[in-house]
Amino acid sequence: MDLQLPELNLLKMLPEIFLFLWALAIITFDLGTRRKTGATVGYLSLLGLLITGLILVFTGYGRGFGNMFYNDPLALFFKMIFLGASFMAIGSSFGLTNQKIVNHRGEYFALILFSTVGMMFLSSSNELLSLYIGLELTTIPLFVLAAFFKDNKLSVEAGIKYLVVGAFSSALLLYGLSFLYGMTGTTDILLMKVNLAVTQLKFEGNIGLVLIITIILLLAGIGFKLSLPPFHQWAPDVYEGSPTPIAAFLSVGSKAAGLVAFAKIMVNGLYAFYDPVMRPNDWGVLVGVLAAAAMILGNVVAIRQNNIKRMLAYSSIAQVGYIMIGMVSFNELGLASVAFYIFAYMFANMGAFAVVAFFEDKTGSCQIESYTGLAKSSPVLSIAMTVFLLSLAGIPPLAGFLAKFYVFAAAIKMAQAEGSYNWLYWLVGIGLLTSVFALYYYANVIKTMFFSDADSPYKLSFTLPVFTVIMIGLVGVFLFGLYPEPIMKFASEIPTSLGFIVD
Amino acid sequence: MLYYLGLAAVLFSIGLFGVITRRNVIGILMSLELMFNAANINFVTFNKFILNDGLTGQLFAIFIVVVAAAEATVGLAIVLLLYRNWRGINTDNVSIMKW
Repeated sequence: MDLQLPELNLLKMLPEIFLFLWALAIITFDLGTRRKTGATVGYLSLLGLLITGLILVFTGYGRGFGNMFYNDPLALFFKMIFLGASFMAIGSSFGLTNQKIVNHRGEYFALILFSTVGMMFLSSSNELLSLYIGLELTTIPLFVLAAFFKDNKLSVEAGIKYLVVGAFSSALLLYGLSFLYGMTGTTDILLMKVNLAVTQLKFEGNIGLVLIITIILLLAGIGFKLSLPPFHQWAPDVYEGSPTPIAAFLSVGSKAAGLVAFAKIMVNGLYAFYDPVMRPNDWGVLVGVLAAAAMILGNVVAIRQNNIKRMLAYSSIAQVGYIMIGMVSFNELGLASVAFYIFAYMFANMGAFAVVAFFEDKTGSCQIESYTGLAKSSPVLSIAMTVFLLSLAGIPPLAGFLAKFYVFAAAIKMAQAEGSYNWLYWLVGIGLLTSVFALYYYANVIKTMFFSDADSPYKLSFTLPVFTVIMIGLVGVFLFGLYPEPIMKFASEIPTSLGFIVD
Repeated sequence: MLYYLGLAAVLFSIGLFGVITRRNVIGILMSLELMFNAANINFVTFNKFILNDGLTGQLFAIFIVVVAAAEATVGLAIVLLLYRNWRGINTDNVSIMKW
């Protein structure tokens, strides 16, 4: 048998390669200077991310590694999000005075960068094997980061929970992938699409038990990464226990990675199964039910939380519900709205977590009550937090509103176009209804900060990196709320490049 | 071929059962390994019996072994932390956070 070596075209992977080497260099630098570098490693990591972004812009579209590595609009868009999330996570870790982070800055920042490389690699992979490797490269550093406060019981508990759940979900995913490989005889996602259609024709559209099991396994595997109910229980615990910037990174970066995996395997790979001509909404309804569960459960349970990190965790579960509405409205607006949603969500959520991280570091508390009267003592911080929370709730001039609007618009458009997609109306209805609950608990925090007679005992002043992160968040939330066209235009290239018909 | 797939399914089920019922973290990690290896067997089986012209499935299996080893390494490190903080690795005790 001869092995034909595919064309490598390594230049297309340059951003990933660069960032990986940069992360290694950071560890080496940190060790070489005997950990006396202070904040320098942090600034170096930020610089690395910026350079990677530049390289990314110049790399452009194309393929590498045979057909394993695609730089399509989907990959580029999500890489932007990963770099942004990583930038903001690192920025908000700067001010942290926790001894574990101060003494182990090198590993901490390098692990975030490694995880980012994994996400970037995942978003470019067009093949099950590289997709799986990317997913693992994303999560394994995050296990370590979640348990980073080694002698804090909460952090270690978060670490072990995340580890068991993460490994469990990737085992489920793998078992599903193995069946997919067996059914289609290939690991290339584009080829898989064709082969599945052929297999389906052979069995006259009777997809059989194996495919159902496969779809359930894949859904469970990715659902754990997305914290989609009923696979969500780990999320609040892990967010509460792990260092706050890591919780933020988990809720945006790792979630976006899950979404990419979902878009690639389910929406793109199993394309044949929702092609309206062949089989309408086979597993779409199932995902729709899970999305509804996510919105209801996330928003309702968030109301009774008094720890702000847990509240944000439940809110992020609810947000996944909204995102999944866009995912299951299989039209050209669907995937674009998903991409825009996660983009807007990144600014608001990373910003909110940056405020929480800063507050927690200065006061040692994550309870919502301790925000009482904060507006008087540190107005800028409270106003920033208010804007982020309002954007998460979806209040008009902010990016979060447009994101929700696009998602609902995609669903309604699909429901009107295809009679068999009537259930999307229900989903939109649930989405609108639960938004009201969401507004309640976000407004509760705002009320605590602004409308309270008690004075806050804390007087907080900004440090530069935290200020930068919060500013990036504010600018993003306002700018893309008022002027979404460029991002939306970019986002709408995603479905086209995946072969969706644009009408 | 069905025997092999059956073996994989049995392994997977044992692993799944183990992860859910085990109270010892090491036990959970071992059960997870079983699940990974079930997927491995599947990949190699499909490669051998359905497409005996490529190496993809076998390569996939090798990659899974490597990744599982990495996961086990990190896992055992965290188990060590667990032991230091709780003086035990029983998961019943490790639940400070609820709701």
